[in-house]
Amino acid sequence: MSYDVINHEYDVVVVGAGGSGLRAAVGLSEAGLKTACISKVFPTRSHTAAAQGGISAALGNMCEDDWRWHMYDTVKGADWLGDQDAIEFLCKEAPQAVIELEKYGVPFSRTEEGKIYQRPFGGMTKNYGNGVVQRTCAAADRTGHAILHTLYGQALKRDTEFFIEYFALDLIMENDKCQGVIAWNLQDGSIHRFRSKTVILATGGYGRAYFSATSAHTCTGDGGGMVLRAGLPLQDMEFVQFHPTGIYGAGCLITEGSRGEGGFLVNSEGERFMERYAPSAKDLASRDVVSRSMTIEINEGRGVGKNKDHIFLHLNHLDEKILKERLPGISESAKVFAGVDVTKEPIPVLPTVHYNMGGIPTNYFGEVLAKDADGSDKIVDGLMAVGEAACVSVHGANRLGSNSLIDLVVFGKAAAMKAAEKVKPNSKHESISESQTQKCLDRFDKIRNSEGSTPTAILRDQMQRVMQNKCAVFRTDKTLREGLSEIQEPWNGLSDLSIKDRSLIFNTDLVEALEFDNLIRQSQVTVASAENRKESRGAHSREDFKERDDVNWMKHTLAWHEDGKVKINYRDVHNYTLTNDVQYFPPKARVY
Amino acid sequence: MVQFNLPKNSKIKKGNYFKSEKNLKNIKKVNVYRWNPEEGVNPRIDTYEVDMDNCGPMVLDALIKIKNEIDSSLTFRRSCREGICGSCAMNIDGSNTLACTKSSKEIKGDINIYPLPHMPVIKDLVPNLKQLYEQYQSIEPWIQSTKKSNGTEGLQTIQDRSKLDGLYECIMCACCATSCPSYWWNGDKYLGPAVLLQAYRWIIDSRDEERQKRLKKVADELKLFRCHTIMNCTNACPKGLNPAKAIGSIKKMLVTEKSS
Repeated sequence: MSYDVINHEYDVVVVGAGGSGLRAAVGLSEAGLKTACISKVFPTRSHTAAAQGGISAALGNMCEDDWRWHMYDTVKGADWLGDQDAIEFLCKEAPQAVIELEKYGVPFSRTEEGKIYQRPFGGMTKNYGNGVVQRTCAAADRTGHAILHTLYGQALKRDTEFFIEYFALDLIMENDKCQGVIAWNLQDGSIHRFRSKTVILATGGYGRAYFSATSAHTCTGDGGGMVLRAGLPLQDMEFVQFHPTGIYGAGCLITEGSRGEGGFLVNSEGERFMERYAPSAKDLASRDVVSRSMTIEINEGRGVGKNKDHIFLHLNHLDEKILKERLPGISESAKVFAGVDVTKEPIPVLPTVHYNMGGIPTNYFGEVLAKDADGSDKIVDGLMAVGEAACVSVHGANRLGSNSLIDLVVFGKAAAMKAAEKVKPNSKHESISESQTQKCLDRFDKIRNSEGSTPTAILRDQMQRVMQNKCAVFRTDKTLREGLSEIQEPWNGLSDLSIKDRSLIFNTDLVEALEFDNLIRQSQVTVASAENRKESRGAHSREDFKERDDVNWMKHTLAWHEDGKVKINYRDVHNYTLTNDVQYFPPKARVY
Repeated sequence: MVQFNLPKNSKIKKGNYFKSEKNLKNIKKVNVYRWNPEEGVNPRIDTYEVDMDNCGPMVLDALIKIKNEIDSSLTFRRSCREGICGSCAMNIDGSNTLACTKSSKEIKGDINIYPLPHMPVIKDLVPNLKQLYEQYQSIEPWIQSTKKSNGTEGLQTIQDRSKLDGLYECIMCACCATSCPSYWWNGDKYLGPAVLLQAYRWIIDSRDEERQKRLKKVADELKLFRCHTIMNCTNACPKGLNPAKAIGSIKKMLVTEKSS
């Protein structure tokens, strides 16, 4: 079947309208570039809305702080896999980025002096690991929601053109550069080709590769899927963050800010076990550390509940006024999804998939990187990535809480500035052949007319269970090898896919199949990268290789996906800073 | 000519019945409005028998179970599943609410699900909210201030900030607007509770310098004064906000803060 293609020409197209996509769009519109922002959901429904605890920046509103301390914490949180030039950029730019958000109108909570309120968060310390610092700027426990709505307003103010409920299908790659993107308008079923001199992917993470995730149903890593299909690599995909406190059963997020405000975890013996695992930071150790400790407690029979398979989070000792003012959102979530009154009872929680440290490799301007023939970094012309979809890499092997929101706005802005520098407004587009468009539409049409017998839901469930069982908090050679072979099944299942709805208008049967195609590729890459990395670092914890191995594994994994097979190579970790304002932090033992 | 009946092509017909396969103990019937614009036939109500013993607690869980296991063509929006994105707003058991936070147990008898009322339907439970989004844009939902940024944050007292509580939490799900009879009849001109609550969020923000301009902009017989304090909006809000109060506050300010 042939499709009518509606053509558009823009200087820059942003795919995704969460925090990073909107911040990029604001910057691009401000720079006078003709900008389109495509999103499969209305912007304020993006998953940034679900970020709760806050956004990190060394403002020093509550106590002395320094962006270098923030940088040290981020390097250590990343277990030294982060690129320190990029981390320096992030932490140095963070205070101005938060001030800018305040000027945009974000309703931050306030101190007695009227300044932005900041709370303690996991892994955030003063003076290079000596004591807790209050660095995480908060709008109660709805910080992401507040930022997302504000950024959408700012984009409206600047007349950014939105294409809402458009599902991006594939990148147009020709002459070694990205020439645009093809998208499907869900509202009327039409197909659109967006030509642009730069495409910025801001498509978020792929949390829904797992069975239990705090991520929204729409977190299907569509940008990562498009990049893999374009023959480009993804980076550090083995690093998947489990958030310590997802609500048991429902998987909904309970912010780390709840521990920042004084909450703590307890096992079946009533013990505050984090004191044993992290004597100094306790419940505010890094997320990977807390999630592992909880898992060990449960595995050793000290879990709570009928099946001793979860942990309690106590907030009931906190002042009701604090709960009401600073944690109203999670108090409501606990009530609705766990039937718990947080002023009286503990919340049942479990480590739950939350964030992908890995993603599309970029430099700190957001330019996408690949490798050239002699193995050195090569910038992919016309393609950028920001936010959770990207791997800059500032989060390395483990992201600190509240570092994701700051990542969105700092790199969203940086990408916009870089694009503005490279793209001449209203310049002519290169002429391209129809072959890429046809290839994309052939794939779309094939999936749409699938006549097999297995619905997407079955394949997705298979994939999610393999990922949950074989590529979780603790990993071994055995589980990962089993995972590698078992994840082939849902991939092979694509050839027997069944689609019941053949229509084009709001065909969510087809949307879910296309999303599954994106998820399964990234799942395969994730398991293969995890099997390949023979060490424990940050969120990647192997019981057969318990130590970090800086001699052999201080390097980024790059993984390509070709016909269901994964090819692996590496990139160097940047062991240098951006300027002389700070010195490189050499690796040392990571203790909290 | 006034038309009191639904036009012929909008009349809802009896639809398909999906019986559960086995004799299960805890079956609930879920009746769902279905309409596919590409089929060219009238809307219908399909009935699905759902095994509630193997289903999550919320109405959204039941809908996802139907889509996964019984009928993959069933169409609805959903995303965060925790009441923060506002995607899955629909009419359940006669009230507008979020499917993800509405417990199935609370519903006695069958679960009846329709799209948000009085909105054009794109497909099944997916309404077209274009009008509401354009109205949102019309109130200029961004801060307006001439203050130059000197590299430091603007200050706001705890008291001034607290005036935004109960307003900034709005997730724009449209449950309130589409439960309002005034919005049903005059939705093209009346801004409705969702947008007026957002308007008030900026009017009352101590950092914004265009309060008078904003008040003037909404001070209109149709845009604002079509609110007749019916209060359906406040009853419907799944986040427990009070749009009717926000509208009342705007009306009061128009009287007490007459600009010179």
